[in-house]
Amino acid sequence: MPLGGLYSTAMSTESISKPTDEEPVFEIPEDSVGLVETQTVTLFEPPKKLRLASGRELGPITVAYETYGELNAGRDNAVFVCHALTGDAHAAGWHTGVDHKPGWWDAFIGPGKMLDTNQYFVICANVLGGCRGTTGPNCINPETGERYTSDFPVITVEDIVDVHAELVAYLGIEKLLAVVGGSLGGMQVLEWAARYPDRLNAAIVLASAAYLSAQGIAFNTVGRRAIVADPEFHSGRYTPEEGPRYGLAVARMLAHITYLSEASIEMKFGRRLQHSDKLAYDLGKETEFQIESYLHYQGERFVERFDANSYLYLTKAMDYFNLADRHGSLENAMGKTDARFLVVSYTTDWLFPTDQSRELVSALIKARRHVSFVELSSPYGHDAFLIENEPLERLVQPFLDQAHRSSLRNNR
Amino acid sequence: MPDPMLGLTDELIRDQIRPGSRVVDLGCGDGRLLAMLRDEHGCSVQGVELDQESIEEAIGRGVAVIHADLDQRLEDIPNQSFDVAVLSQTLQQVRQPKAVLEEMYRIARWSLVVVPNFAHWRIRWQALSRGRAPVTSELPYEWYNTPNLHVMSMTDFRDLATVLKFRIDKEIPIIRRRAVRHAWAANWRAESALYVLERME
Repeated sequence: MPLGGLYSTAMSTESISKPTDEEPVFEIPEDSVGLVETQTVTLFEPPKKLRLASGRELGPITVAYETYGELNAGRDNAVFVCHALTGDAHAAGWHTGVDHKPGWWDAFIGPGKMLDTNQYFVICANVLGGCRGTTGPNCINPETGERYTSDFPVITVEDIVDVHAELVAYLGIEKLLAVVGGSLGGMQVLEWAARYPDRLNAAIVLASAAYLSAQGIAFNTVGRRAIVADPEFHSGRYTPEEGPRYGLAVARMLAHITYLSEASIEMKFGRRLQHSDKLAYDLGKETEFQIESYLHYQGERFVERFDANSYLYLTKAMDYFNLADRHGSLENAMGKTDARFLVVSYTTDWLFPTDQSRELVSALIKARRHVSFVELSSPYGHDAFLIENEPLERLVQPFLDQAHRSSLRNNR
Repeated sequence: MPDPMLGLTDELIRDQIRPGSRVVDLGCGDGRLLAMLRDEHGCSVQGVELDQESIEEAIGRGVAVIHADLDQRLEDIPNQSFDVAVLSQTLQQVRQPKAVLEEMYRIARWSLVVVPNFAHWRIRWQALSRGRAPVTSELPYEWYNTPNLHVMSMTDFRDLATVLKFRIDKEIPIIRRRAVRHAWAANWRAESALYVLERME
């Protein structure tokens, strides 16, 4: 069994399961959305290219997306889920039934779950600049017949949201019930509210902020440096088979630490050794401690599914994000929408600390918006928004229900 | 804790608030008062609450509520962002009553405060006759489990409001669960009192 078999999922704080000799017979759980497929659509066909924040134009743009549940006759029950830095369109359900894990937010999306697919039509799409089906630097540029690589234009959260707004229009939805997302996904939610104020009834912002902090930029910088300094980077023009694997793995290892908390690392790994009770006194043993082994594993797995150029572009988009900057003030940015806001932070999240959420909430009160805010208690650090489904569900379900009722009242 | 006074004070508070006002309720609980102000008075409302379950209930009423400890984090609420700030039966339970009142002064033009009156004759009598910390139907706690950290009378509260440069617009004693304007010997007879305070700037 490969090293990966030691870990039940790539999610950082899942418990470590023991390797078993027999593969258990897999059955799709009843509260799952079941088997799903990623779909694609091509938008912004020339000459209707997308004008990017940088001033450059990009098109055509293929968008990978998944949907769960049914759009109702009134088309008022659509919820758009924005994924975080390294997520993808596969938010819930299973692709083949023998996949090792379901979509990245499966515990939150499904029949009876937080985003109840018996009630809501849930959409999730890969971001522009990503590498999981939506146009990004490792895609072929139709103008040259070659991969974009480092010729891909610098993109921003605005551009990402522009593409998703076009997808939502393509799906025939004039106004979303809600836009939901954590981390970089939460930034997209805020951008939706600022940029498309009339196209959402509710905004749910998790473990996020109206700008990336200097500390966040610092971590992204080190990650990018690891990639760019890898001899296999070749100014971004590496072949898909090769590439800066070590650099990308190091970037992931570093970033992964920022998603955890001191408490969760202590709880899950402590100082425990991976294979022995005794120290080896051997510098060559790079996976002696369990935490070492875990980070190496996370790095290796990440390289298999993620493109280094995408990592560079998307972390840059995150660094550039600063709503107040582009709208004069945060109140101005948030004051255009009548959407209701639910802002959630987590006690041990030090990448997007509660103070940043409070700053956002303060601006929303100043802008006289309808805003609820909760700091949830969790040991899981930034990753809590991917793990702690129950406390979030208890907030999001009544919030969405009320937002839905209110939207129906207003349209009557 | 279920409070038999709740329904009464909610209506009393509502009657002091001009329809259409922008109201923040500090310690809003399950959001009942704010939902009533919104539905019956057309107010735009904001709750502040520390207890998570209460927050969930308030959200379930469609009331916007932010998670904050009155003793710590009111600085997130911008200056003068509300017409009315409400603090009902909570002042005696915060660590720093003066600081909370100062915050109310800062964030709203009008402050509505409901405080228990520990100078009620029954409380005085119990303290005097039994030599023990009083327990009454309005204050049913023992000294070791009471959420009430501070003991004040109507006279005490008036003094503090004046020190903080509030103008006392109204003082409404609540006697035997009824609001009695201009009651005689209120500081002896009232179980609690509602104050309508105005910022003086």
